This record gives sequence, structure tokens and C-alpha cells, in this order.
Amino acid sequence: MIEKIKETVKKLFKENKIDIFIGYSEGTLPLRSTPCFITRSEDIEKLVWNSYCSNNLAVYLPRFFVSQRGAKDAKLPRIGILAKGCDGRSIVGLIKEHQIPRENIYIIGIHCGGMINTKKIKKVDIVAAEEKNDKVLVEDEDKKKVELKKEELLADMCKTCQYTAPAVYDILLGKEKQKTKKEDREAFIKEFEKKPLEERWEYFQEQISKCIRCNACRQACPNCYCKECFAEQAKPRWIGPTNDISDVMFYQIGRIFHQAGRCVDCGACVRACPMGVDLRVFTYKLIKDVKEFFEYEAGVSLEEAPPLATFKQDDKQEFITEP
Amino acid sequence: MKNDNNWEPKIVTFLCNWCSYAGADLAGVSRLQYPPNIRVIRVPCSGRVNPFYIIKVLQNGIDGVLVSGCHPGDCHYISGNLVARRKFALLKSFLEYIGIEPGRVQFSWVSAAEGGRFVDIIEKVTSEIKKLGPSKKLSKWQKEAEYIKEILK
Ligand code: SF4
Ligand code: SF4
Ligand code: SF4
Repeated sequence: MIEKIKETVKKLFKENKIDIFIGYSEGTLPLRSTPCFITRSEDIEKLVWNSYCSNNLAVYLPRFFVSQRGAKDAKLPRIGILAKGCDGRSIVGLIKEHQIPRENIYIIGIHCGGMINTKKIKKVDIVAAEEKNDKVLVEDEDKKKVELKKEELLADMCKTCQYTAPAVYDILLGKEKQKTKKEDREAFIKEFEKKPLEERWEYFQEQISKCIRCNACRQACPNCYCKECFAEQAKPRWIGPTNDISDVMFYQIGRIFHQAGRCVDCGACVRACPMGVDLRVFTYKLIKDVKEFFEYEAGVSLEEAPPLATFKQDDKQEFITEP
Repeated sequence: MKNDNNWEPKIVTFLCNWCSYAGADLAGVSRLQYPPNIRVIRVPCSGRVNPFYIIKVLQNGIDGVLVSGCHPGDCHYISGNLVARRKFALLKSFLEYIGIEPGRVQFSWVSAAEGGRFVDIIEKVTSEIKKLGPSKKLSKWQKEAEYIKEILK
């Protein structure tokens, strides 16, 4: 697979179709790949493709264009990007929200078999790792090798992922992956909804009290491209600079709510969080509601209008208070 | 304060200029009585109501929020209320999901001709929020307030 990717990227550079390519290269730690920006064909050899390419690369795209916006002689780079299903959906979102021009992005779509959540590996002293088919071999300091099943290490979002390849691409590599089992993707949300009100509040409070407002979740999210986030706005100042939990709650409700109809469940926010805040149980609620109320799924079509930028005459309104 | 028998909730209402605000006005000039718990903020359109306004109001210790606009189809700006309806549907569902009491944040449609309906809605909303008691969940300095109450007992 990686050879195919390299070949494609080589060709793109040779035919002068792109100025920069965003993919993954080997990370500094085992079980990690790191985003990599290639501008010369000599560097193509650095590229890797494995089960640790978790980062959502779409997050890097808007910043290539933001400085050129409104410029008279705007110089727009042509960017090639490797896109798993979720990256691809984020790219679609960014195109729809006019953050990146479609014609400047060359999307190399790839059928993704799911990424590993390294936190699921209980061993701490891993010095090397190797991937073989559906197994991961990890080696610890004493050179002891342990074989782990990839399936058991998959990230939660990958386990129930429905769009393993992007819907919009210029070229699609790899073989179609087996769709995840019919397992109910929303089961964990339904379960949470069933809990009594106070229990839900307890959980929300417990999670938010872990948050140190480092903003890593926001920085990792491809949809959070705002030049000035509400969190830093001073006029009006939405959030006080205190560590009172209500300020932290305001931040999280705001950030999560801003993802309504845009979140693709890529898990970048969850991975970025240093405090282990369970963000997904909240972000996914909005995915579920948007689908249920407005029959909309983020990032699967370029044509459909974003759900909060449009309406239907007969939209749900049972929640309206009647006398 | 909840055990204080004459506790009265404070409710902030966002009323759209063209319908609900005029409806409230009509209730006033018709000398219809309604609970004095509400504080009115006039907005050009229910679509102008940023969900953050609602959260901010709760953070400032207000006990409930009502947003009211023109009936669907009657919006002065044609579809402001319909776009707002989508936002509010998600917001209300989300706030309840994280554990905010369902009655705290409410939405309604009241036209400029419905002074009576305005009164009915305010009565209903006020009595519901009264039953819920003071809003604490999102309000600021709650822990400190409780602590002071505790030590001064
Ligand atoms: S909110 Fe989290 S899961 Fe959703 S798109 Fe942003 S980073 Fe991905
Ligand atoms: S949280 Fe909201 S305002 Fe802040 S960057 Fe994300 S989308 Fe923009
Ligand atoms: S990454 Fe985690 S700790 Fe940092 S702001 Fe987001 S939720 Fe809070």
C-alpha cells in the first residue's frame, strides 16, 4: 500500500500537480506516526502508512489559505493530502464552509482499516513495534515480544466507523474494507440518554472538572479554524478567565455545540486531550441528534447544505412551549 | 434560598421585535396581568439569539430563559425563526442531555396579536421554573456560595 501511495505522490510532483503533500511519516515513538509535509520529491521516501496514522490531516489545510484571503495577487498552493474516511469528511466540510478551494486540493483517498488507540495497550515500556496483518508485535525493554490483536486495540470510533473511505477524492487507493458489524453505533449515547437527569449531570460535571482548558481539543479539530475563537473573544467576553467550573462548562458546551452538524467523529479531540476527558459521549450526541432531526450526516456530500444554515418548513418543533 | 417561602424565580426572556415583543406590549396595553418574574430583552429576531446568550444568562444566576419569536411562516425576515428553530432544537436537547432540567430553557411562538397567549405562556413558564427552584447548575461561584451558606448557618 505504501508503495502505491509513494508512486502516486511521485507522479503528482513530477507532473507538477501539487506544491506540497501532507501524509504521515514515522514518529519518534513506537506505535506513533506523525504528520509530515513534503515539498520535494526526495522526501517522498519518508512516507509511511500503518495503523497509527490517527491524526486528522484536514486540520492543517485551512491555514494554507487563510493568509491569502482577500489578497490582490493571492498565491494559493496546490496541496495533495492523504485522506482516510474521517479526514475526507472533514475536507468536505472545509470545502463546504469555503475554507479551502476544492480545485487546490488533490485528495488521495485511502480505504482505512481503523487506527489503534495506543492507550488500550496496557504495557508501558514498549521500545519497538511492528505491524503484521491483523496483529501488532510489541517489544519491551527486556526484548520480550508480545503479540496483540489489532482488532482489540482499535479506537472506539474506528470500531463502528461507517465511512472508511472518503466520499470525495481524486484517486482512491486500497481495497474496500469490510464494513463494521451491524452493531449499533449510537448504543452508548442511547444508554447515556436513559440515565436519570442527575446522574447525567454528575457525569458531565465529573468530566468537565478534569478539563484544564488547554484548548488542545480545539486545536486538533479540523472544524475549529476560527481566527478568533469565542473562548478568547474579549468583546463580548463569553468566558471568564477563572477556573470556576461554570467557565469551563461554558467553554466545553460552546466548543461541542459549535460542532453540531460538522463533527465527523474523527476522535482528534479525544486523542489530543491530556486529561482524558470523555468528550465523545457529548460530541456524538450532536451527531445523533443532527441525523435524527435533520437527516444530515457531516462530510458525505458536497452539495447538501450544512444543517444549521438551512431549514425545512416542517422541521421538528415538539419542543416549543404551548400555553 | 429555596427554603425561603417567598423565593421568586428570575426569568430572562428574549422577545423578537416584530411579534413576541409586540405581543407582550399588547398584553400590557390590554391591562392583562402576568407574573412579574420576567425581564424582557428585545431582539430583532429569534434568529438573532445566539445560544451563548442562553448559557450566559444561566451562568449569571438567572433561573430560567424563554426565547420567543414569530410563528413559523410569519417571520419579518422570512426565515429567521426557522433557522433558529433548528438551533434551539439541538440546544435544548443537548442541555437536557448533560443534565440541565428540561424546563429551564424554553422556546415559544407568540404573534403581535396574541397578548392573551403571551400571558398564558409566561404563566406556564414561570410556574414551571418556580417548581424547579433556583438554578444552580451552570451558575458561577456556586461552590463558594454553598460554602458560605454552610459556614454561616
Ligand atoms: S469535535 Fe472531535 S471528533 Fe468531532 S470533528 Fe472535531 S476533533 Fe473530530
Ligand atoms: S470552538 Fe467554536 S469559535 Fe472556537 S474555534 Fe471552534 S468553532 Fe470556532
Ligand atoms: S483537550 Fe481536554 S483538557 Fe484540554 S481543553 Fe480540551 S477537554 Fe479540556
